[in-house]
Amino acid sequence: MTAVITDLNRVRPSQAVAIECEAHELDLLFYKWLNALVFEMATRCMLFGAFEVSIDGTRLKGLARGEKVDRARHAPAVEVKGATLTELKVEEQKPGCWLAQCIVDV
Amino acid sequence: MDVKLFDRISNTEWHVAPTGAMRVPAVIFATEGLIGDMDDKVFQQITNVATLPGIVRAAYAMPDAHWGYGFPIGGVAAFDANAGGVISAGGVGFDISCGVRTHLTGLPRQYIEERQNDLASALYRQVPVGVGAEGKIALDDQEMTAMLTGGAAWALGRGWGRAHDLERIEERGRCEGADPAAVSDHARKRQRREMGTLGSGNHYLEVQEVVEICDEPAANAFGLKQGECVVTIHCGSRGLGHQIGTEFLSEMAETAESHGIVLPDRELACAPIKSDVGQRYIGAMRAATNCALANREIIGHLARQVFAQFFKHAELPLLFDVSHNTCKLEEHDVDGTRKRLHVHRKGATRAFGPGHPSLPDALRPWGQPVLIGGSMGTQSFILAGASTSEARAFSSACHGAGRQMSRHQALKTWMGRQVIDELRARGIVVRSPSSRGIAEEAPGAYKDVRAVVDAAEMAGLAKKVARLQPMICIKG
Repeated sequence: MTAVITDLNRVRPSQAVAIECEAHELDLLFYKWLNALVFEMATRCMLFGAFEVSIDGTRLKGLARGEKVDRARHAPAVEVKGATLTELKVEEQKPGCWLAQCIVDV
Repeated sequence: MDVKLFDRISNTEWHVAPTGAMRVPAVIFATEGLIGDMDDKVFQQITNVATLPGIVRAAYAMPDAHWGYGFPIGGVAAFDANAGGVISAGGVGFDISCGVRTHLTGLPRQYIEERQNDLASALYRQVPVGVGAEGKIALDDQEMTAMLTGGAAWALGRGWGRAHDLERIEERGRCEGADPAAVSDHARKRQRREMGTLGSGNHYLEVQEVVEICDEPAANAFGLKQGECVVTIHCGSRGLGHQIGTEFLSEMAETAESHGIVLPDRELACAPIKSDVGQRYIGAMRAATNCALANREIIGHLARQVFAQFFKHAELPLLFDVSHNTCKLEEHDVDGTRKRLHVHRKGATRAFGPGHPSLPDALRPWGQPVLIGGSMGTQSFILAGASTSEARAFSSACHGAGRQMSRHQALKTWMGRQVIDELRARGIVVRSPSSRGIAEEAPGAYKDVRAVVDAAEMAGLAKKVARLQPMICIKG
């Protein structure tokens, strides 16, 4: 998602933000995780480039690492308004290798 | 999209008769050429919308239709609450009450040309634009609530705007029935530092020249003169609207089944208008509408401040401010009976025809101004609602050109610097914090807006009044 906004390599993992969310379906959990990230980016004026996530049943605990937006260095192209339910899916494509996707509104 | 999927009614009207779960027909207003260029998902989405409970007359798509989240962008659908009608967060969009306003300057092109670079830089400094730009206005909780109920009238009361502006804004600048209590803390927090900001993506502030008059009497009434310049602002309800859209889309998707709604597509999440979630969404959506109206009023004020530095007597009167992501409660004629309907217009503009009582006196004989943006390098149009528009699609028209290329593809095709230089060579000065953003918004990434407005006119939705070309473009 960050790559939609800026070059991922430009985002330094200087600050960590903890996020928790919950949903009964894995794809909706992914959707809520993305929207939680969008909220944190918008309200903290940050970009995130590294993520640690653990899922226990219906609960997700995550840590997003990033930094404050630096307009000169990041030159953000668009703002992500929110994650949508469009093309939303989370599936294990081969053992241990998962695809999680959705369309985000910019 | 294959035009054979439709029954041809005329060169610009195409129907899909109800089949399966469809309760009403689907109707597209477009030329055969425009339909051919539309993505296949428009057909699927518009026929899905036609299945929703309480839908009245038809599910419509405008000439600039393209696929969206559940509803196509360029989609119009009206629902009767007394017939179990629904309201859909996806039918309004994430950027609630995104819209356009145009200010007249009375300044000839040459005046702007002589100060073009300095004026562009001053506008860019004054109007916060792009990701990471904070507004100069921070709202505490009390002021936030006042803004959510007061809209542009609130902004005027705080010294941003002019009293005359209100009669030139839909709902006179203030949407009734807003419910700030339905707006979450998350949404308020997202908006705290975003008042008076333009946003990014396809939002813009442009200084444009009126290059062609298409309807002289209407243009005169609108104050448009060939060779003079206008200032046009395109933006919406910012973070507050996006957060409301996100939250209610999620809640409506989760609760649809409990309301007995079978969603043909999860993205079409909706709720009965009379349900608790439906009523809360309406209250929050109207609050977000007021946020968008206040936001554009503030940005208009900022633009006036800049122009006053360069042109002492330029008042920048407001021609009109109209939104294109809305659901409004309106009265319409349905089979000879007046009915109150919730009319969703997602990426579609309301277009009241001549004589509509909501229009200000000076504009009423001509119809409501419909402000249609093209791309930053091409042209925009000002139209007027047609007398036939009510019968065609509940007084609705298109809202812009629509993309013909994804952002990803546009990035592979153009460099931001290249686009800026090419536009400069054509007399257009662009200011933006993001070179990549400029590439994604390259003129070639958008469809031909002329084809869209021509189709809207042929279909009887709105009539062309004037054509504009950009001179200065401030983009996020």
